[in-house]
Amino acid sequence: MKYALLIYADRARELYDTLDEDDQRAITAEYLAIRDLDGALGGAQLQPESTATTVRVQGGRTLTTDGPFAETKEALGGFYLFEADDLDAALEVAARIPAARMGGAVEVRPLVER
Amino acid sequence: MLEQVFRDEWGRVLAGLIGFLGDFDLAEEAAQEAFAAAVERWPRDGTPANPGAWLAVAARNRAIDRIRRDRTLAAKTKLLEVPEAHVDDQPDETTMPDERLELIFTCCHPALATEAQVALTLRTLGGLTTEEIARAFLVSPETMKRRLTRAKDKIRAAGIPFAVPSEHLLPDRLAAVLAVVYLVFNEGYGGRGDLAAEAIRLGRLLVELMPDEPEAHGLLALMLLHDARREARFADGELVLLADQDPSLWDAAQIARGRESLDRALALRGRGPYVVQAAIASLHVEEPRDWRQIAALYGELARLTASPVVELNRAAAVAEVEGPAAALALVDRLELGDYRYLHSTRGELLRRLDRPAEARDAYGRALELTVDGPERRFLERRLSELG
Repeated sequence: MKYALLIYADRARELYDTLDEDDQRAITAEYLAIRDLDGALGGAQLQPESTATTVRVQGGRTLTTDGPFAETKEALGGFYLFEADDLDAALEVAARIPAARMGGAVEVRPLVER
Repeated sequence: MLEQVFRDEWGRVLAGLIGFLGDFDLAEEAAQEAFAAAVERWPRDGTPANPGAWLAVAARNRAIDRIRRDRTLAAKTKLLEVPEAHVDDQPDETTMPDERLELIFTCCHPALATEAQVALTLRTLGGLTTEEIARAFLVSPETMKRRLTRAKDKIRAAGIPFAVPSEHLLPDRLAAVLAVVYLVFNEGYGGRGDLAAEAIRLGRLLVELMPDEPEAHGLLALMLLHDARREARFADGELVLLADQDPSLWDAAQIARGRESLDRALALRGRGPYVVQAAIASLHVEEPRDWRQIAALYGELARLTASPVVELNRAAAVAEVEGPAAALALVDRLELGDYRYLHSTRGELLRRLDRPAEARDAYGRALELTVDGPERRFLERRLSELG
């Protein structure tokens, strides 16, 4: 099965910013290493929400607004896509994502497969 | 007779089908059809030598039939080409793997909400109907049906595995399974005795499936020992405190079975929270009661669980050893604001310390937090005795 691991990392980010350079490098290395795990299909870190633009099309007209679609407490900070045998395997990868232990959270969602 | 066979076989037949088909709904339908066929045929043709195997094969054949008729189902299930077994070939036990352990871990997977875990466990392993579960948890059958459907949908869509978790996940996942069974028991302990009996049945199943897990034995022991006092807990519908219970109403045979399970857990070097609670429950059905040891075990349990509720229980034992003043000092350190037993315990300790005004306040606070029923009437009696 394929899963998206959605990383909510605002608070983890705050903690990250307080770390010294060596520790920051170690965390970044962890994120990169997860991309090399078996089953990894891809992923990306997103720029902060302040860079977001939201698009809607209503009656054929494109409406463009500044900012993210939903004002949530925690913003989506990045994601991985994984192929995993089952939910347990996906949850194990999710638990390795540094944000999960740094005050953030990782939401695991199965992908629709056609 | 048939009903007993069905209760005994339902979980195992269903577990085998889910393992085979990879689909809860299809498995449940096929199992139901097989059980219905048995109702029709067994009285006429005689009960087969191995009823469980008969049901398993009949259900499997029905599921295969349905899949052959319905191509979209075939795509949904993992089943491809499986030779049809014949119902009248009596397969022996060895060809029927017992997959109930896999089923339990699926039903109690932490990706499901606790209430869904409980409902699924009772439906699939307990063999209770949706209506029975709804009644037990005081919700409408529609609500319970939705809860079960949502849970089964999530199992399928999210890929919750039908498997015993790997070694490093096992301790946490086992704790979740035990918690579900204990939760069912506690629902029953509040008065709905059939749920307590169901929880004990599930507890026996866990012990059968995981004979080397001390905490499973500990949980079974705990439930047996508590449940053995069921008749003594109420007199004419009124709550009777442990100290005032009539030991002749305790179920001695069940206490003996509880102690056997506890001994087994201890022999397996079990020192976990359920084993310790069972040891406490065992001391509570001994005359005279060894309060010093009970207090020590509550101390042990408090270290394991860091639970203020456990500290409160320890305080009640300390009251018997060191007196109510020492216990009150412990109780007043706890942060349990709206927990009704905190206030009823304080009331009791203050009453014994001959501080009636404060005792009345504490009992009054407990009363505010207690819904109608025997517990409430008990508090009202205490209050009126205080004048």
